[in-house]
Amino acid sequence: MNWQRHREEHLARIKAGSALAKGKIVEARDATRLLEAVVRPGDRVCLEGDNQKQADLLSSALLAVDRTKVNNLHMVQSGVVLPSHLDLFDHGIAKRLDYAYSGPQSARIAKMLFGGKIELGAVHTYLELFARYFIDLTPNVALIAAVSADRDGNLYTGPNTEDTPTVVEATAFKDGVVIAQVNEIVDRIPRVDIPGDRIDFVVEADKPFFVEPLFTRDPGAITETQILTAMMAIKGIYAPYGVKRLNHGIGFSTAAIELLLPTFADKLGLKGKIASHFALNPHPALIPAIESGWVQQIHSFGSEVGMDDYIRARPDVYFTGADGSLRSNRAFSQVAGLYACDMFIGSTLQIDLDGNSSTITTQRIAGFGGAPNMGSDPRGRRHPSEPWLQAGKEADPDIPAPLRRGRKLVVQIGETFGEKNVPLFVEKLDALALAEKLKLDLAPVMIYGDDVTHIVTEEGIANLLLCRDSREREQAIRGVAGYTDVGRARDKKMVQHLRERGVIRRPEDLGIDLLDVDRNLLAARSIKDLVRWSGGLYSPPSKFRNW
Amino acid sequence: MEDLTFHHTTNRRASGDRRLAIVGVVASGNLEVLAERVLPDNHCQVEIRTAAEGFREVWTAVIDDFVERYAPGGLKLSINDGGARPDTVMLRLAQAVSVMEEQQ
Repeated sequence: MNWQRHREEHLARIKAGSALAKGKIVEARDATRLLEAVVRPGDRVCLEGDNQKQADLLSSALLAVDRTKVNNLHMVQSGVVLPSHLDLFDHGIAKRLDYAYSGPQSARIAKMLFGGKIELGAVHTYLELFARYFIDLTPNVALIAAVSADRDGNLYTGPNTEDTPTVVEATAFKDGVVIAQVNEIVDRIPRVDIPGDRIDFVVEADKPFFVEPLFTRDPGAITETQILTAMMAIKGIYAPYGVKRLNHGIGFSTAAIELLLPTFADKLGLKGKIASHFALNPHPALIPAIESGWVQQIHSFGSEVGMDDYIRARPDVYFTGADGSLRSNRAFSQVAGLYACDMFIGSTLQIDLDGNSSTITTQRIAGFGGAPNMGSDPRGRRHPSEPWLQAGKEADPDIPAPLRRGRKLVVQIGETFGEKNVPLFVEKLDALALAEKLKLDLAPVMIYGDDVTHIVTEEGIANLLLCRDSREREQAIRGVAGYTDVGRARDKKMVQHLRERGVIRRPEDLGIDLLDVDRNLLAARSIKDLVRWSGGLYSPPSKFRNW
Repeated sequence: MEDLTFHHTTNRRASGDRRLAIVGVVASGNLEVLAERVLPDNHCQVEIRTAAEGFREVWTAVIDDFVERYAPGGLKLSINDGGARPDTVMLRLAQAVSVMEEQQ
C-alpha cells in the first residue's frame, strides 16, 4: 500500500516545473510553460481572485496554455472578478466552478451559467469556501499574488493580504503546488507574510497586480433620503441597544452613518457608547469619525486603495505589521464579524414579505461574498454582551434569562426605491426564479428572513424581533415599504397597531423631523473633505478626484 | 411628459404669511416645487408636470398622505418633476410648506 502518492505526485510536478526555474524564480515569459508543466487535467485550481487583489498575470498565463495539456479544471476561488477568469471556461480550460463573489462579472457569469458553459458547484460565502478548502475542495494548485518576494520565496503581501494565508495553508500542507506572482523580487522583504517553504515558484510580474477600489463612497453622492435613514438607524438602533462592536456594509446608507457619527451622533451624546470596534475594510468615509476619537479598533478583510499612508499613521486603530503597513486577513476578519460583532448593517437589492433578501436578479449573479456570515445569527456564540442579550430578550421575553440565547442584530437599511426607481420590496425574490431556471436545490438568498432583526427605510424602522407571528412580520415589512406596491398593499389598521406597540417606528416617533435632514450634517461632503480630515494622508484613486 | 392635477379640501390653513416659495431643483431624480398662497383657506391644489409617465397611482398616494400630514390649506403647489422618487417628493413638499410658514 502506498500512503505517499500525493507527495510523489507533488515532487514530480515540482521537478517538471524546476526545469524552467532558477531556484524558485521563473521568468514571466515562461509562466504559461510553467503552468503546462505543473497543472494536470481535472486539477482543482485556486486562481487567487480576492475581493480586491487579483493574480492577473497568472490568470492570463493560464488562459494561454495548450488545451490538450491542461483542461477540465475545477476552479475553486473566492472571487470571479477578471474577464480572464471566465474566458477560461469559454476556452474549455476550466469546466467546474465553486466560488463566493463575482461582482464585476455578475452579468456575464449569469449568461454563462444559463448557457451551460460553467458547471456550477455552489455559490458560497467566503468563510464557507475557505472551510471547504480544508475538507473537500483542497486545491492541487494555487496561483497567488503578493507585493514582493525574496529569493527563498518568502512573501510580503502588503496591505491586501486578504485570502492569501488561507489559500496557501490549504494548498501547501496537502501537497499542492503554490505559485506566486509578485510585483518585485528583492533581497529583503519588509515583513514575512507567507514563509518561503510554502511557496514552490515565484514569477516577477511586469506590472503591479490589479486592485479594485471597492470601498470608496463619494460623500457628494449621498442623498437626503440616505441621510434620513442613517439618522434613524443611529437614534433608533445604535443608541438604544448600545452597539459598540459591528460591521458595516459598503452602501451609501452606511457611509452616511459613518459621516454622521462626529456630528449628529455626537450631539446625541453617543460618543464612546456606540460604534467603537469594527470588523471593516478601511472605509475612507470613517476617517472623520476616527479623527474625532470615535473609533478604538478596526480589523480588516482587505485594504482600500489610497488608504495606505493614513493607516500607517494610525496604528492604534488598525492592525499593522512591524514594517508599519496594514495586515488584513479575510478569513480572520470574517470570523471576527461572525462571532465578535453584535451588529451587521447593510443594504440589499430585494426584500420579500418574510424578510428574506437577495442581491441576485435574473440578469445578474453577484454571489454572496461575506454578507451571509456577517448578516447571520451565529448559533455557536456563547459570550454575552448588552446588545446581544437585549435583542434576545425582545425576541423571546418568556424564557428564563440564564437559558435565553442572545441575538445578533442584523439590520437591512435602504431606500424603498433603489436605482432607476426599482422597488426594494417584492412579493417574490428574483432568486427564486433563478433557482427554478438553473434547477438549483437552493435559491441564492443572501440573508434569510429569520436572521433579520430590523429593516430601516426612509419611512421607518421595523423591529422584527417584536413580531410574534408571520402575519405581524409581513405587515411590519409592508409598513416600512413606502409607496412600493408591497407598501401600498398594507393593512393600514394593523400597521397602526404595530406602530403603537413600537414594532414600527416613524421618524417623528424618534424625534426626527424631515426638515432636520440636511447634507450639512455630513462630517465630509466630498472626497476632498475626507482628504482634509486625514491631514493629506488619504490619497484617493484618480477616478474619485473631481476637484 | 405627463400632467396631473389633484384637488384636496383641507381642515386648516397653512400657517405663516409668506406668499411664494420655491424649493428643490429640476434635475434627474429630483424636483422643483413652487408654492403660492392663492387659494381659499380650505383648499389645496397640486399640479404636477413629470418626465416619468404611468405613475398616477403612486402620485395619488403620496399627495393624499402629504395633505393629511401637513394640511396645506390655501396653497397651490406646482411640481416640476425630473423623475424623483416618492420619498424625495414628500421631502420637497414638506420643505415647501415649511418655508411658507416663515413670517415675512
